[in-house]
Amino acid sequence: MKIAVCVKQTFDTEAKIVLKDGKISGDGINLIINPYDEVAVEEALQIKAKQGGEVIVICAGSDRATEAIRQALAMGADRGVLIKMADGDVDEYARAVILAEVLKEQGADLILCGHVAADDGSSQVPTRAAEIMGIPHANVVTKLEFADGKAICTREVDGGMEVMEVALPAIVTCQVSLNEPRYPSMKGIMQAKKKPVANVDAPAVESKAKVVELVLPAAKQAGRKLEGMEPEDAAKELAAWLLNEVKVEVKK
Amino acid sequence: MAKGTWVVVDQRDGKIRKVTFELLSAAQSYGEEVSAVLIGKGVEGLAAELGKFGADQVLIADDDIFANYNTGAYVAQMVAMVKEYDPAVILFGHTSMGKDLAARLAQKLEVGMATDCVAAEISGGKGMFTRAIYAGKVLAKVEVGCTPVMATIRAGVMEVAESGKAGAAVKVAVAASAADVYQNVKEFIASVSTRPELTEADVVVSGGRGLKGPEGVKVIEELADLLGAAVGGSRASIDTGWLGHEYQVGQTGKVVNPNLYIAAGISGAIQHLAGMSSSKFIAAVNTDPEAPIFSVTDLGVVGDLFKVIPVVSAELKK
Ligand SMILES: Cc1cc2nc3c(=O)[nH]c(=O)nc-3n(C[C@H](O)[C@H](O)[C@H](O)COP(=O)(O)OP(=O)(O)OC[C@H]3O[C@@H](n4cnc5c(N)ncnc54)[C@H](O)[C@@H]3O)c2cc1C
Ligand SMILES: Nc1ncnc2c1ncn2[C@@H]1O[C@H](COP(=O)(O)O)[C@@H](O)[C@H]1O
Repeated sequence: MKIAVCVKQTFDTEAKIVLKDGKISGDGINLIINPYDEVAVEEALQIKAKQGGEVIVICAGSDRATEAIRQALAMGADRGVLIKMADGDVDEYARAVILAEVLKEQGADLILCGHVAADDGSSQVPTRAAEIMGIPHANVVTKLEFADGKAICTREVDGGMEVMEVALPAIVTCQVSLNEPRYPSMKGIMQAKKKPVANVDAPAVESKAKVVELVLPAAKQAGRKLEGMEPEDAAKELAAWLLNEVKVEVKK
Repeated sequence: MAKGTWVVVDQRDGKIRKVTFELLSAAQSYGEEVSAVLIGKGVEGLAAELGKFGADQVLIADDDIFANYNTGAYVAQMVAMVKEYDPAVILFGHTSMGKDLAARLAQKLEVGMATDCVAAEISGGKGMFTRAIYAGKVLAKVEVGCTPVMATIRAGVMEVAESGKAGAAVKVAVAASAADVYQNVKEFIASVSTRPELTEADVVVSGGRGLKGPEGVKVIEELADLLGAAVGGSRASIDTGWLGHEYQVGQTGKVVNPNLYIAAGISGAIQHLAGMSSSKFIAAVNTDPEAPIFSVTDLGVVGDLFKVIPVVSAELKK
């Protein structure tokens, strides 16, 4: 099976955010593969191990995003495509158009994505790309199987789990519980350096939603802390706070 | 000219999710007629309830094909309705259904959209939405000036208020057919929990590695049931298998916005805070006085959860 994986490079989840000239500063920030996309790469590799085929990593970003592609290659993917995007805001509409164009060219049987990006994630891009490509999608998938040219997707929905079948090609977005991503081996890292990464320029697509302002939220003031008390007394005080200040309703 | 605010109803088997009422209530201040868009099977009876929370009218598409949510049929129906009625604004809850439907519809209509918003200002055909990005570390104001203005709103950020509108039922023509369906829903396995869902609960009681095992889970469950609360957990309590994945609160789990969040034996890693720090009241019990969770608590107890929580439960029972 030919599998394309869309990988976004994001800030390390520990990163402290600093605004510079009204923009989020990337200075000194450790960049990683979006955690959900790492799961998507792992899933693609596991499918390839079972069924054979090819795993193509696709990333739209700056030159630096090549690192994310190399990491996926080190995990075991076969080749990469970096779609070079100009700096500045590219909204979800524009990103979907840009990704869909390359995805169409690649002609994969299956496209795996994360269900959301951990930075400014919107949970829009993969579903929009599927619409542009005129193919089915399945979101927030926790188990993926195949039969008769179809993907059988178990997915997380409000209130439970749903089992849904879609014909291939399709876009499937991954939830973290799908698998446990591997760490690249030393050998994998060496091999990744020789694997091909194509560079293409993103077409100019006008964004339709605009970020007009970024602000840091006011830091929350820590409140009372009960320290050095007998557990029993601290518990009574917590219970009193629940009843009198939070005004909880107790179901007896 | 486009007019009216639409709120797309999120329901399963006739049970409406609370975020729908939150959106109907908020839409009262946008200065336009408010319509609830109700797609489903055998759902006509829900109109009165939607009116109570602010729907002037309820546009109802009722058909077998809508029995289970499926993207293709719902999008086809929405596209036909948008063409016919030309709404200025369409709002969805940022729920499983809401984000799935909204993204595909927005692309079909070729409009921009802001998702998972925590605030909305809408006037004169423009929407200014606030999104909590980078795990809540930055707030982005996003302008959406397309017609219709589309957005999904996080559950719990808007207040529910009863306004007693007419909720006049308007049946609309069914515009979806089998040819629109590209997802075959084979099975729905409902969660068996008798507790409220994490993202809808007013109170959440969560536990972390400090629970030490299933015995600890029982301790927080007892408190949760006294408070009519949902149970949640940090990734540590999920990775150890004490709680299922659907219980995870945080950056790679669920974002919750309850009135009260109680964290027991949770250190308060940045990825956990990302999922709960906007809760109205926060309490924590932790043996480590330096635990970062105490930077966001209104009331923090430095102590052993096995000694503190059972006493809290006993006190509440009195
Ligand atoms: C990409 C990424 C995404 C992540 N996403 C998430 C996420 O979505 N959600 C999430 O929660 N984590 C997430 N994490 C993991 C996160 O970094 C932490 O590892 C995790 O939250 C720790 O869980 P914990 O607080 O239960 O455990 P610990 O950090 O081990 O803390 C246990 C706490 O329990 C206290 N304790 C021990 N015994 C007792 C007792 N008897 N009574 C009271 N207190 C006691 C200890 O003092 C300690 O503070 C993510 C990490 C990464 C890298
Ligand atoms: N710039 C990008 N390059 C590659 N994939 C992307 C990019 N942006 C989004 N995606 C994919 O779309 C998923 C969801 O992103 P989002 O819709 O922004 O939350 C990500 O997990 C990626 O798989």
